[in-house]
Order: sequence, then C-alpha cells, then structure tokens
Amino acid sequence: MEVEILARIQFAFTVAFHYIYPPLSIGLGLVIVLAEGAYLWTKKQVYEDLTRFLIKIFALIFGIGVATGIVMEFEFGTNWATYSRYVGDVFGSALAAEGIFAFALESGFLGVLLFGWNRVKSWVHFVAAIGVWLGSMFSAIWIVVANSWQQTPTGYHVVGEGMNARAEIIDFWAMVFNPSSIDRLTHVYLGAFLAGTFLVMSIMAYYILKQRHLDMAKKGFKISLVLATIASLAQLLSGHSSAEVVAEHQPAKLAAMEGHFEAEAPADLFILGWVDKESKETTGLALPGGLGFLLEGDFDADVTGLDAFPEDEQPSQVNAVFQFYHIMVAIGMLLIGLTLFASFQWWRGKLFEKKWLLKVFVFAVFLPQIANQVGWFTAEMGRQPWVVYGLLKTSDALSATVTANQVWFSLILFTLIYVALFGLFVYLLHRKIKHGPYTAEEMEQNNHQQITA
Amino acid sequence: METAYFLGVDYQTWWYLVIGATFTAYAILDGFDLGAGVLHLFFKKDQSRRVALNAVGPLWDGNEVWLVITGGALFAGFPVVYASAFSAFYVPFMLLLAAIIGRAISIEFRSKEPMKWWRQFWDVSYSLSSLLIIVLLGVALGNVIIGLPLNEQQEFHGELLFFLKPYPILIGLTLVGLYALHGAVFLSMKTEGRLYAKLTLMIRWSLRTFLILFGVLSVITVIFYPQFIDRMEVHPWLFVVPLLVMVLLVLLAKWVKEKKYPYAFAASSLIIALMMMLVFIQQFPVLLPSTTPGVLGLDIYNSASSTKTLGILLTIAAIGVPLILLYFGFVYKTFQGKVKMDETSY
Ligand code: HDD
Ligand code: HEM
Ligand code: HEM
Repeated sequence: MEVEILARIQFAFTVAFHYIYPPLSIGLGLVIVLAEGAYLWTKKQVYEDLTRFLIKIFALIFGIGVATGIVMEFEFGTNWATYSRYVGDVFGSALAAEGIFAFALESGFLGVLLFGWNRVKSWVHFVAAIGVWLGSMFSAIWIVVANSWQQTPTGYHVVGEGMNARAEIIDFWAMVFNPSSIDRLTHVYLGAFLAGTFLVMSIMAYYILKQRHLDMAKKGFKISLVLATIASLAQLLSGHSSAEVVAEHQPAKLAAMEGHFEAEAPADLFILGWVDKESKETTGLALPGGLGFLLEGDFDADVTGLDAFPEDEQPSQVNAVFQFYHIMVAIGMLLIGLTLFASFQWWRGKLFEKKWLLKVFVFAVFLPQIANQVGWFTAEMGRQPWVVYGLLKTSDALSATVTANQVWFSLILFTLIYVALFGLFVYLLHRKIKHGPYTAEEMEQNNHQQITA
Repeated sequence: METAYFLGVDYQTWWYLVIGATFTAYAILDGFDLGAGVLHLFFKKDQSRRVALNAVGPLWDGNEVWLVITGGALFAGFPVVYASAFSAFYVPFMLLLAAIIGRAISIEFRSKEPMKWWRQFWDVSYSLSSLLIIVLLGVALGNVIIGLPLNEQQEFHGELLFFLKPYPILIGLTLVGLYALHGAVFLSMKTEGRLYAKLTLMIRWSLRTFLILFGVLSVITVIFYPQFIDRMEVHPWLFVVPLLVMVLLVLLAKWVKEKKYPYAFAASSLIIALMMMLVFIQQFPVLLPSTTPGVLGLDIYNSASSTKTLGILLTIAAIGVPLILLYFGFVYKTFQGKVKMDETSY
C-alpha cells in the first residue's frame, strides 16, 4: 500500500484511540468537581464516597489519555513532516501553549488529586480537582483551535514556494478566533460532558439495579442526569451552528455530509440514506427541501452541491461522510429523548423504579462515545483531500523520507499495544466498578501496610 | 533573516535557551523516576517495590510533561528541525513512544492485582521500559551530536536501524549510569528501613558504572571526535565542566556517607544540568548538524518560525513558566519527606 494511505490509517487509528479518553476525563472531571463541591458544602459522607470512587476511575482513564496523547504529539513530526513545516509557524504556538498552560496544570495537580487526600486540607484538595478539570478543559482549547485553523484558516499569509511554502502567522487572535473554533470547541466540550456523565450514569444505574451502594448511586446519577440533559439539548443547537459554519466555509464538506450533488436540485434533509458517488444519487428517507430550510430558512433555497467542485477537490469517501454524520445526528436525537424522558420520570418520582430504563442507561454509555468518534470522522474525512483547507493537500503533507515499511512497522506496533491496552482498560474498569467505593475498614487496612520493608 | 532582539539577544537564541531549559528540566525531573525504574528489579520484596514505586508515584506524570513541553516548543519555534529530526528518527521515536506507554501502564496497573505473576510482569516491563527510554533518548541525542547525512532538502533518508552506532550507544549507556545514580539518591531521600540499606549499595555501584563509562566516553571523544574539542576551545571555560562534574561526584559520595541526601540529590541534579549545558553550548547555534559536505545543517536561524511567532512564543513562556514553577513547587512540597502509604497509593 502507498505510504499516504498507510499514514492516514495510522493517524486516524491512533487519534481515534486517544479520543476515547480525553472526553471522559473532561466530563468526569466536571462530575468530580460537583461531587466534591457537594461534599464540602454538606459534609455528607456519601458525597465523599462518590468523589473518591470517581477519582479512582478518573486515574485509570487519565493515565491512558496521557500515554496515547504523547504519541499524537510526536506523530505530526514523524509522519507528516511536510505538513509540520507548513503549519509549524501557525500551529506550533497553539501546541506549545497547550503544553505550558494546560498539560502542566493538569499533571501537576493530578498528584494532589490522586494521592493527596490525607496530606492537604480538604479545600486544597478541592482546588486540585478544579485545577485538573480546568487543565483538561484548556487542553481541548488549543488542540481544537489548531484543528479549526486547518479547517478554516485565517490570520496567516503564505511565504515561499513549492516544497518550501509555509504559512506564517500575521494575526495571532485571528488565528485563534478563526471562523469555526468557537462553534467547534463548544461542540467538543458538550460531547465530552455527555461522554463523562453517561459513564457515571451507566455505573450508577448498574449499582441501583444490583441494589448496591444505593445512596451514593442515586446521588451520582442525579447530578449526572442534570448535566446530561442540559448538554444534550445544547448539543443540538451547537451542532446546528457548526453546520452553518461548514456550509459557509467548507461547502464541499457540507455537500458530502448531506449527499447533495446539484445546486439546482431541491436540497433535501435526509434522515436515513445511501450515497452513490458514481451515479451521483442519494436515496433514502428525506424531508424535501429541508436542508435549504435549515440553512437559509427557505425550502426552495439553492445549496452548493458537490458538482460545483472539480473531482480532485471532492472528498473521496462521500458515503462514509454521509453515514458518519447521520449516525451522529441520530445519536444526538436519541440522547435528547433519553435524558428528557429520564428527567420527566425523576420529576414524577419514578426514576429509579423503572428497571428497563436503568438497563438502557447501563448500555447508553456507548452512544456519546460513538457520536464523538463519528463526529470527528465526519469533520476530518469531509475535509479531504485538503489537510489545510484550500491550501495544502494531504498527499503533499507526508514526510518525504518515510517509507511504507516504517509506517507498517509503527502501525503494527501500535495496533498491538493499543489492543492490549484496551483490553486491560476494560478489565480494570470492570474490576473497579465491581469493587465499588472503599469501605472504612479497607482504608484502615491499607493504611496499616506502612513501610516496613 | 530579519529578527528582533530582547536585552540584546535575538529571539532565536532566546527560544534555543527555552528549549535547552525545558529539556534540562526534563532530564533532571524524569531522570530520577526513570533511574528508579532501572533499579526496580534489584529490590526483591514486593513491599520494597511498592515503596519504591510510590516514592515516584505522585510525581512521575508531572515530570513527563517536560518532554511534551519540549516537543511542543521545538515544533513551535523550529518547525523545520521538528519535521526533519522526527521523520529521520522514525523508528527510534516509535520505540520510544511504545516504551513511554508501556511504562505509564506498568506503573498504573502493577498494584491493581495481588497475583504474583501479575506484579512480576509489570515490574519487569516497568524496569525495561525505563531502561529503554533512557537508552533511546541517549542514542538520539548522540546521533544529533555527531550529525546526520542530510540531503539537499535538509532531510535525511536512512536505513531502518541507522541510529545504532557505537558512539551514540555509548552515550545512551553512560546516561543509564548517571540516571541510576540520580534515581538511587532520590530513593534514599524518600525511604527508610531495609530498602534504604540496599540503596547505599546501589549508589556505590551506579557511581562506579557512571565514572567508568564517562571516562571511556571522554577518551573516545578526544580520539575519534576531535571536532568537539575544537568547538569547546571557542569557549575555553567549558573545560571546567568535566572538572566540576568530578568535584560534584566526590561531594555526592561524601554527602551520601553523611546521610545528607537532599544535598546529594542536588549534586546529581547539578551534574545532569552541567552535562546538558555542555551539549547545548557546544552545539549552538546548530540543532541538527549535517555531515554531508556542502549541505548546511539546521540551525536556529534557517529553521525558525517567523519573528512574530517567536515573539508570541516568548510571551507565552514568560507568563506560563513562572506559573508552572509555582504549582510544581506546591506539588513537590506536598509530597516532601519520606513515603507514606495509604489507601490512595499504587
Ligand atoms: C490539530 C490537529 C488535529 C486534531 C485536533 C485532530 N486531527 Fe484528525 N487529522 C489531523 C489533524 C488533527 C491531520 C494531521 O491533519 C490529518 C492527518 C491526515 C489528514 O488528512 O489530516 C488528520 C486525519 C484524521 C483522520 C483521517 C481522515 C482521512 O484520512 O480520511 C481521522 C479519521 C481523524 N483525523 C480523526 C480525528 C479524531 C478522532 C480526532 C479527535 C481527537 C482528531 N482527528 C483531531
Ligand atoms: C491530534 C491531536 C492531538 C494531540 C497532538 C494531542 C496531544 C496530547 C498529549 C501530548 C497529551 C499528553 C499530555 C500530558 O503528558 O499530560 C494529551 C492528553 C490529553 N489530550 Fe490530547 N491531543 C490531541 C487531540 C486531543 C483532542 C481533540 C482533545 C480534546 C477534545 C484532547 C484533550 C486531551 C486531554 C484532556 C488530555 C489529558 C489526558 C486525558 O484527559 O485523557 N486531545 N494530548
Ligand atoms: C444533535 C445533533 C448534532 C448535530 C446537528 C451535529 C452537527 C455537527 C457538525 C455539522 C459537525 C462538523 C463540524 C465541522 O466539520 O467543522 C460535527 C462534528 C462533531 N460532532 Fe456533532 N452534531 C450533533 C450531535 C453530536 C453529539 C450528540 C455528539 C457527541 C456526543 C457530537 C460530537 C461531535 C464531534 C466530537 C465532532 C467533531 C468535532 C467538530 O468538528 O466539532 N455531535 N457535529
């Protein structure tokens, strides 16, 4: 296989694997801050149990997030050397700022969060929890800004030519606030809150079904449900706003997301469908003219179609982009339905009586994860064949010196490592959940294993 | 090339200094936990191993951030070097990444299960990955010091295992000795009881190993790489550095004997800092030397980002670095003193 395809597969695989963990950290971090806040406020034991339990889970997730993130940082240079040279001036400052402001903040305070219960005052521990959470929020900023810049570049000029061409920054703030960053950052945050809260709800629902740790489980479920309900509703608005930006700045991507070929044809909004790129036809269940209405407020509006772009400037995997996008939207709707229904049951006082609903929540943990993944696949595959939209093609962005053998080597290496890692992660997560919060005796026992070595 | 100055020094040099400083911070901080990892298997009892692990427990992850920061700083300030060097060192860097992951996971997972084979497995992988990280970093550093045969585009096309050359490997091994010493001193500072007695022995052993390797390295440098000596003659005071290292080693041994471990730890940290300084000063201003006649190496001027970006970067560093020092100070203060195990320990 060609180096380019291999390198793309490798990048997609490693970044998608990385992206299982950060959203969980960001979302779980928020629940921890709220739970510990509740503990400081009420001094109730159940909130302390909840906080300590969630921190144990957090440690596991965070550790893998960090380890897989370091791979990403190196990979830009190893596989995408030409790209790194091209964007380094613009994009490097965002990455460096991330390292300095965000990663140092979170890893620094992480020690206190995980190991500091008995060493610092309770409010200091709370500050550490906030520090770690804010750190993870900050890490998302810089990296999403950098990615948004390559989707909708602004604030730069191009110097040099051919192999030596590169983008240089002329306006830092224009780079940071490029047309898509705020919308996409909001969308990513909400997706992360959903991932974190659904993880907590899944564990808590499992405890309630098993009649274990009931008091803690109910408290944890409710805190998360409030957050999840708000986030799922907000996600619809934020997604819509993102789509408008895509329509304006990346019309070819929007056309792929909706399988829309001719501008003159009515712009239908598909609920389900299949795109045939050869015959330029999209078939399925659709709201006629719905896309035109969503974007322009008019069922007869013309929407730019894929035909407006030369063949070599269209995404090659139109059907995949279409499907991924529709899976995300469908999950978005499902999450809204699920959280609203659960909130309604809570209001009726029947939330924890419906066994089937709790069972749904046990498994619903996968939904936001899938949505987060397919969301990125939509954004990134829809951007092809550009790596920096309209400026640099993916095929030109490769490392000139890297050979197919080298990429195979690393691809196989990381596949093996990540498969093992994922297995261990699932195994240990499962164990931690089975174990539940530490009891007073267990803590006592552990404390006595002092250093006698 | 246009540039701007701050206190009479150009931005490129400032950023070179920043990278030198963050890499040195990485070498010192991750140095002690990597060193502790190398020694890990020499502790026989499970409880000793747990104590050793928990001495670095709350700190190692924060220490590793300095590598992330250095990588980011290189990408931002000297993207051409980041691109050429990282693609040139493809295989060693992928191995390095694998080792970094393996190590993080081993620390995280080891004490999660009581089974003997489980712990034994993670102990071995923790120790081996620590060793591999040090050797790979040393080998990469060694290759950077002697330079690469860059082509016209200032890129490097090499064989899969080109980086395995004797001199860089020797540098890697010397680093292992130094880090083992650094780690042993750190652990002595943090522990008591049986482990502690054993550590005195390890300090002695690693000190000897380092001394011998450092001596061999110096002799080989003088014989086979006289250009380094020539370059050092530009800054004659650099010859003081090896002398200082020797003095510090003697002091270190003395402080260990007197059980003044914090002093000994300061000494080993200083030794690492001096060695890094030696490398960074004698390389300056070249980051990736070329061994191809007629092809220029990558230096801080022909590989840098625009002056504007460097200005932004320096501003970010000026705000960010004091903040980092503040909270690192706080974390280190919190975990000061001998290790105490509790329910949150590994
Ligand atoms: C700041 C940069 C950045 C960020 C934050 C992300 N990506 Fe990305 N992504 C790239 C920068 C990039 C890239 C370096 O620009 C790639 C490599 C090749 C390409 O075409 O774009 C890419 C490709 C790429 C591809 C392959 C697309 C294709 O080849 O058809 C996928 C599936 C993803 N990414 C998925 C993700 C996911 C799941 C992310 C969430 C963490 C993510 N990306 C964040
Ligand atoms: C290709 C793009 C990416 C790169 C190069 C990258 C790089 C990194 C690196 C180097 C780390 C480890 C830092 C440490 O040592 O503490 C890390 C962790 C992290 N990253 Fe990424 N990352 C990428 C994508 C993302 C995205 C899109 C997000 C957020 C939405 C994100 C959020 C985080 C968070 C929160 C952490 C801390 C660990 C955790 O919470 O799991 N990253 N990343
Ligand atoms: C409710 C309906 C939703 C709509 C209309 C929507 C819309 C969009 C659009 C248009 C994009 C592409 C943006 C771009 O390419 O720049 C996108 C990306 C994305 N979506 Fe959604 N989305 C929805 C729900 C969700 C849900 C529920 C999640 C996760 C829980 C999610 C997670 C993501 C992620 C992670 C991305 C990639 C990052 C980005 O480009 O912003 N989305 N979404």
